[in-house]
Parts: sequence; structure tokens; C-alpha cells
Amino acid sequence: MTLTKMKLKGWGFIGPGLLWTVAFFAVPLLIMAAYSLFQRVGGRIVTDLSLSNYVAFFSKPHHLNALINSLEVTLITTIVSIILAYPLAYILAFRIPPRWQRIALMMAILPFWTSYVVRSYSWLLVLSSNGIISNIMQWLGIVDNPISLANSRTATVIGFVHFFTMLLTLTIFANLVQISPNYRKAAADLGASRWQILRRITLPLSVPGVMVGAFLTIVLALGDYITPQILGGFREVLLPQAIMLQIQRQADFPTAAAMSLVLMVVISIIFFLFSRWLKIERI
Amino acid sequence: MLKNFLQTMFNNIPAAVYVALIYFFIFLPVAVLVLFSFQDSLLPIPPFQGPSLRWYQAIFADFRIMEALWNSLMVGVVSAALSCFLGFLAAYGLARYPVRGSGAIQWLLVAPLSVSYLIIGMGLLITFKTLAIPKSLSAVIIGHVVINLPLAFAIIYSQMGEHHANLERAGRDLGAAEWQVLVLITLPLLWPALMASFFLSFTLSWDEFIIALLVSRFDVTLPVEIWSLLRSGLNPKTNAIGSMVFIVSIFLVIITEIAVFGRRKSK
Repeated sequence: MTLTKMKLKGWGFIGPGLLWTVAFFAVPLLIMAAYSLFQRVGGRIVTDLSLSNYVAFFSKPHHLNALINSLEVTLITTIVSIILAYPLAYILAFRIPPRWQRIALMMAILPFWTSYVVRSYSWLLVLSSNGIISNIMQWLGIVDNPISLANSRTATVIGFVHFFTMLLTLTIFANLVQISPNYRKAAADLGASRWQILRRITLPLSVPGVMVGAFLTIVLALGDYITPQILGGFREVLLPQAIMLQIQRQADFPTAAAMSLVLMVVISIIFFLFSRWLKIERI
Repeated sequence: MLKNFLQTMFNNIPAAVYVALIYFFIFLPVAVLVLFSFQDSLLPIPPFQGPSLRWYQAIFADFRIMEALWNSLMVGVVSAALSCFLGFLAAYGLARYPVRGSGAIQWLLVAPLSVSYLIIGMGLLITFKTLAIPKSLSAVIIGHVVINLPLAFAIIYSQMGEHHANLERAGRDLGAAEWQVLVLITLPLLWPALMASFFLSFTLSWDEFIIALLVSRFDVTLPVEIWSLLRSGLNPKTNAIGSMVFIVSIFLVIITEIAVFGRRKSK
């Protein structure tokens, strides 16, 4: 076979998949970018190019607040999830006998396998004013009347933390079991206490696992519509909710497109900040 | 065995307490969900009455839910099969043929992984609207292939090692035609990777909500149907569907375990 013919055949194999990605991913993003420069005036789309949607986004407090809310909720979620997940991953990696490790890990991520929408709904069962927590608190006499934790930032954060604790446990566990036990043994032989081994050996070597998990947490939490919509409600709107409101209530596609691109840029910046930890060979 | 396990755990009380608390937190919503799917009254809240199967009967009798379930299965199978097919072809082309700009092609093929589903869905929605293509289940399949193709490609590409290439060359030297090499050598060698890609793609499609919500209208998938049920507030019917989905997913996970890891162990 000649080289030209080889190349042609190669393109024949790559072509269909590449075409799909270009037609249904790259081109739609470009069309969306173009749309973000249009305006919606009196129910019609006007195709004069301008940055007015972006100017409006950063000057209207309720849009900018949605972005700030999203960043705050994501930051709290990430920190709390890391604090909860790290000890669990550590215990699973070093304290559980090997034969129980796999089953203990599978159990720790079991709720992953409920449907995404249903997972948020099931937290509603726990947190609403006639739910489990309210009933237990009344029964214990801590409160006299039903209390509702639903429809609040707390509820959104609880729903997020539940999911991302499982995710972070996975990434941190995968990192911890890859650390050679010799480092820990050597440190112990040289007289380091358990605490010193944790602080000087294990913790620094597990940073990549934490960072990969944190990155996934931030990106998925920033782009999630379901959890804040079901658990947070409308008292405080996050950016994905604000985007959906533009489509569902206003049918304002240009503004929704501009807000989506702002979200995309924010995520790209975060990707850039985390890029040193995201090399494939380190995962 | 269990005794050893408990001994190890109780040698370290703080760790045991921590593990117990965090497993409680992880299981709490799922346990509540499943328990109150057997509720005998109209609300899935305490006190628990039952057990009763009335809400499971209710969902099996619900035409819309059964149709959504079928739609989800169909969308999942078709989009997963397409993702694996396109992903396999692209991986084979990139691994075995000298193509210019292969780095850029790989980058483009996995690029959708770094973009939120919401943004991918918005792009498709606006594009379909511009081209006056109506919302439909086919549109959902298109979107799900966009999000699953990168994964299928990455998994399959990572398994296309040099030793496979040698076996393919040997086949060609012995007179096999190109399609015979593909079907008789490459595909069987890649079977575990293909199975893993298929089940992963199916699972993600089965559970995907936002793209399905944005680009479908009258025929919807199960997550979208559950979403519209949520408007009626807390409802044991939702618990029953949720519990069923949970059990089906666990079943799929076990099958994937056996298909992927079982094979590896037996070698």
C-alpha cells in the first residue's frame, strides 16, 4: 500500500467520529457563540452583532449574583467534601483488611447508582418539613414545630456534598493505594510517628488525587442544574438555574447563550488553574 | 473473617465511629427512598405504614412511565452502540494509520469531556432551533453520542497496544483481508474495552437529564418523566421508580464487573 493510500484509509476510519464531533459539538458551540452576540427585541431575534448581552450580564446584579452564588456554593461543597472524603479514603486504603477493601469501596459509592434526579429528590424526603430530620428533631424535643431545611443553600450544599464525597473518596483512594508502602515503612523504621508519616509522606503524595477529585467536583457542581433546582429552589438562584430561566420563561436564547459562554469561560479558567495536576499519566 | 474484620475495626474506635457516621450519611437518602417506596399511604413521609406494593403496581400501570422507560432503554442502547462504533473506528484509524495532525484530532475527539452537559445541550438546542429541526428522541441520541463518543474513543484507544498491531500484521501476512483482520483479530482482542465502553455509555445516557430535557418534547426519557412527576411534590410513586432504577443500575454494574474484570481475572 502506498503512503497516500494509507493516509486516505486512515481518514476513512477517523472520518465518521470526527464528523460527528464537529457537526454536533464544535459547530453548535460556534452557533451559540454567534447567538450570544445577537439580541432579543420585542420577542424577535435581531442579528446585529454586539456585546450587549455580556455587558448586561455583568451589570445586572441578579445575573452576576447567580455566578457569585454558584462559585460560593461550589467552593463550600469542594472543601467540605474533601474534609469528609479524605479520612474515609485513608481508612479504606490502609485500615481495612485487603479482602474487604473492594466491597467496602463499592458500598461507599453505592448511591452513585441511583438516578441523578432521584438522588436529589431523596434528599428532599430527608430534609423537607415533614421529612425524617424534622420528625426526629421534634421527637427528641429539639424543636417544637416542623422545620424545613429544603429550599435553601444548606440543602443544595448537602445534596452536592453527598455526591462529591463519594467521587472524591474514589479519586483519593485510587491515589493512596498507588503510593509505594516502602515510603511509609522507611519513615516508620526511621522513627517517624503515625502522625508524622501522615503529614510528611502520605498527605503530600496524595495531593494529585485530591486535586483531580476537586477539579471534577468544581466543574460538575458549577454546571449542575438539578441539585440546586430541586433542593435549593428559587430563593437563591445559581448560574445554571438562571440560564434555564432565560430559556423556559423568557425564551431569550441570545442571553442564555451569553450566560452559557460565561460559564464555559469560568470552567476553562479553572481547568487552566488545575492543569498541572490533570496530566493523564498522574491519574 | 467477620470477627477479624470487627477486631481490626474496634482496635481503632475513632476510625470505626467515623466510618459508621459517613456510611450513615451516604446511605441515608437511598434507605429513605427505598423504605418509603413501600409506603401504604399517600405521602412518602413518617410514620411508615406498610409494607405495600401499591406504588409499584401504580408505576407498572402508568402508560407514560412505561413509555419513558422504554424510550430511555432505546436511547441508551442506540447511543451507546453508536458511540462504541464511531469510537472504535476513530481509535483504529489513529492507532494504525499515519494521519497528519493526529494530536489535534485526538484533542477534538475528547474535547466534549471538558464542557458541561448544560452547555452542550444549549448548543444543540440553539442549533436545532436555527435549522428548524423539531425536538425529538433522535435529537437526544445525537446529544448522548456527543458526550459518550469521547469516553468510548479514549477507552478503546488506550487498549490498542503495539502487541495487537503485531498480531494484525501476522494475520495480514498469512493472507487475511482487511475486514478479516478487523473482525477476526482486532475486535476479539478489544472485546473487554468495547464492553466497558458500551456499559459506561449506556449508564451515562440512561441517567442523563439536562440534554434530554432541552432537546426532547413529547416523547421523553425516564429522567425527564421523573422530573415532571416531581412537580406534584413528594409522591411514593417517585420513590418506587427511583428504587427500581437503583436496582436496575446495580444489576448493570454487576454485569459490567463480570464482563470486564471477570475476564481479566480468568486470564
